[in-house]
Amino acid sequence: MNIKSMNKVLLIIATLQTAPVLATPKKYAAVSAEYRWLTFLVFSSIIAATMYITYWASKRVKSTEDFYAAGNSISGLQNGWAIAGDYLSAASFLGIAGLISLYGYDGFMYSVGFLMGYIAVLLVIAEPCRNIGKYTLGDILAFRNDPKKARMVAALSTITVSIFYLTAQMVGGGVLVKTLIGIDYEVSVIAVGTLMLAYVVFGGMVATTYVQIVKAVLLVIASLVLVTLVWLPYGFSLPAFLQAVVSDSKVQAQVAKLLGTAASSMSAQELGQRFLEPGLFLKDPIDQISLGMALVFGTAGLPHILMRFFTVPNAQEARKSVVWAMAIIGGFYVLTLFLGFGAAIHVGPETIGGIDKGGNMAAPLLAQYLGGGENSLLGNFMLAFVAAVAFATIVAVVAGLVLASASAIAHDLYVNVIKDGNTSQAQQMQAAKIASICVGVVAILIGILAKGQNVAHLVGMAFAVAASSNLPAIFLTLYWKKCNTTGVVMGMLIGAGSAILLVLISPNMTYPQKMVADAKTVLEGAVGQPAIAAKASEGFICELFTFCQKAEPAKPTVETLDSVPFQTKLVNSEIDHDTPPEEIIKAQIKIAALKKQIEKAKEDLAKYQNQTTSQLTSMMGLEKPLFRLKNPGIISIPLGFLMVVLFSLLTHDKRAEDLWEELYVRQNTGLHVEGVLH
Amino acid sequence: MQKSNIPLGIHWEAVEADPRFQALHREKNKFLWRMMLFTLIFYFLLPISTAYFQDILKVKTWGVINVGLLFALSQFIVAWAIAVIYAKRANAEFDARSKALVKDAHNIRTVI
Repeated sequence: MNIKSMNKVLLIIATLQTAPVLATPKKYAAVSAEYRWLTFLVFSSIIAATMYITYWASKRVKSTEDFYAAGNSISGLQNGWAIAGDYLSAASFLGIAGLISLYGYDGFMYSVGFLMGYIAVLLVIAEPCRNIGKYTLGDILAFRNDPKKARMVAALSTITVSIFYLTAQMVGGGVLVKTLIGIDYEVSVIAVGTLMLAYVVFGGMVATTYVQIVKAVLLVIASLVLVTLVWLPYGFSLPAFLQAVVSDSKVQAQVAKLLGTAASSMSAQELGQRFLEPGLFLKDPIDQISLGMALVFGTAGLPHILMRFFTVPNAQEARKSVVWAMAIIGGFYVLTLFLGFGAAIHVGPETIGGIDKGGNMAAPLLAQYLGGGENSLLGNFMLAFVAAVAFATIVAVVAGLVLASASAIAHDLYVNVIKDGNTSQAQQMQAAKIASICVGVVAILIGILAKGQNVAHLVGMAFAVAASSNLPAIFLTLYWKKCNTTGVVMGMLIGAGSAILLVLISPNMTYPQKMVADAKTVLEGAVGQPAIAAKASEGFICELFTFCQKAEPAKPTVETLDSVPFQTKLVNSEIDHDTPPEEIIKAQIKIAALKKQIEKAKEDLAKYQNQTTSQLTSMMGLEKPLFRLKNPGIISIPLGFLMVVLFSLLTHDKRAEDLWEELYVRQNTGLHVEGVLH
Repeated sequence: MQKSNIPLGIHWEAVEADPRFQALHREKNKFLWRMMLFTLIFYFLLPISTAYFQDILKVKTWGVINVGLLFALSQFIVAWAIAVIYAKRANAEFDARSKALVKDAHNIRTVI
């Protein structure tokens, strides 16, 4: 590698790492005050449109059938858009575009997993569920299992999954609205909650479905416009566009920052190319496979997605709706590749990451840039439009989740368990609305209480619980003759319980003692340690749990400012200027990086200075994570399946056996699906 | 949901034992599980190769586009292809066969 390119790389690293320390970063507001009116205008028009839909829907909601299942009146195509709307939540629209803009290839890996989950939905879940169920997961499980027990455990699981998913959406939504239009976090959470409650209480599933459809169409249109603007200059050629990504200096700088010292021997072109290769974000191979399992098996167990199959008239329409949903969702995820890379080359990973660490603002900022930038009318209009669509996304997805939990409480627990099914139509409607309001208020409270918490792992956790509890129970009830009540109850409880427990002892939680120790190491320095080899006998278990020693690479020596006097002097120009310039740049990088680490370490120490060592534990009272993976799927999913099988084989249940033929014929043929259910 | 609601005249065990139903569910299951298995293997090859075979994914094939990007994009094609293949077969064949069974269900009485 020649000196010229070496210098370029070093300069890139230097500007990146010194920027936050040497220059005060510009305080960023997404929309300047003079364009606030525009943001409000766009937001109000979209909210007004959804309120009109709710008003129209409220006249059509007369029975519980309408409230929970939109009177089976939704067509396959409409339901496909609604499913896509439910699935393209803020996490996938803003989150994946953001991850791609910050980490390149690894961000795109999420898209693939999210889409592949629909194959299981299409092939084994959608049609049988439509043929067997009425409103809820509980209906499916109660068919041949003990109805009360099955409904109770199904409701518990539905509420758990919904609350995890919902908390992530509420917190994400609060932060998004706050960043975009500058109103308080609490106010935005209440706004999201109130609007969502209006859809659900007045319009039930009819309003929720049509709002989802409108929102999904707007989202796809907005993305298509952005992608066209991004891709047009390259003549819609994929290699030409990606060549531009690879050659972009902001992208190269981002890779250099992510790779740290490993980048110093790479040319600028190599750094850019690295952005298109795996490994910048996802590092632990087993964790990746575990996440993949949760995504692929979890989608089929998400209660708000399952509920959508009850809104269509028959299995054929259910099938059609999944095929449409896969076309829309897949097409959208291909677009995220361009949104993410487009944001990386036009806005730059540093700016995106500077505003929001998770990269959630990538798509809105790209819209602003493409419209003409921060100070243009069109730029701010496009930003406001994308932001309003994202806001509608959060409100609509939360509405679907609240409806799923409310149906579990009102239909499964209240009507069928407490009242034994002896309630009038009017009482059922009342129960449904009261349950919706209660869940909605709880959602708002959780959203406010979870302010500032790291909720990114909650979506992964929702998928993991759905995959370990709901999927084994539904799947084996529908396809395995020997499956019975005890199996379903124990499988769901153990599957969900193990998934939650493993997350609670995983690195997702905050471990104050480790933070304090790390901070002290940075301030005081540490001597390097040689690599540790794993004991051969313990193998795979050590990849998962920390109670035995896993093989670890050698730890480098941690330096403090005192241990690098030469570099300090160089930076402070206390040494003659005949030092070669690249040496000075190298020294600047080193000192700036050290100063940044020290600042962070001091902050961490200050946070915990008033607590004794015994108080310095995680929520579970742990000093360090017991479980190594961030996603529990690789253990909890097989465990969930295993427990259903085991407890079914150990026990005998006459009802489950007697009803097997009826269930199996009906799930396959749809025989008397209407006649029997009313 | 409740057994008492089931219209008189359908003998579920007899329908289940009917050769037409047996043939239908056997063929359908074989078809579904094959596709499901193929999807799972094809999908998990992606995280497995990003974890253990990065060198293959880094090979450049078309300008700056590498094997990894093409492999990830191929997952979309495979997902769509499976959806279309399944929908076509179900629409053309399974639906018609189950409709015929549903029509005839009241007449199927004896367990063979």
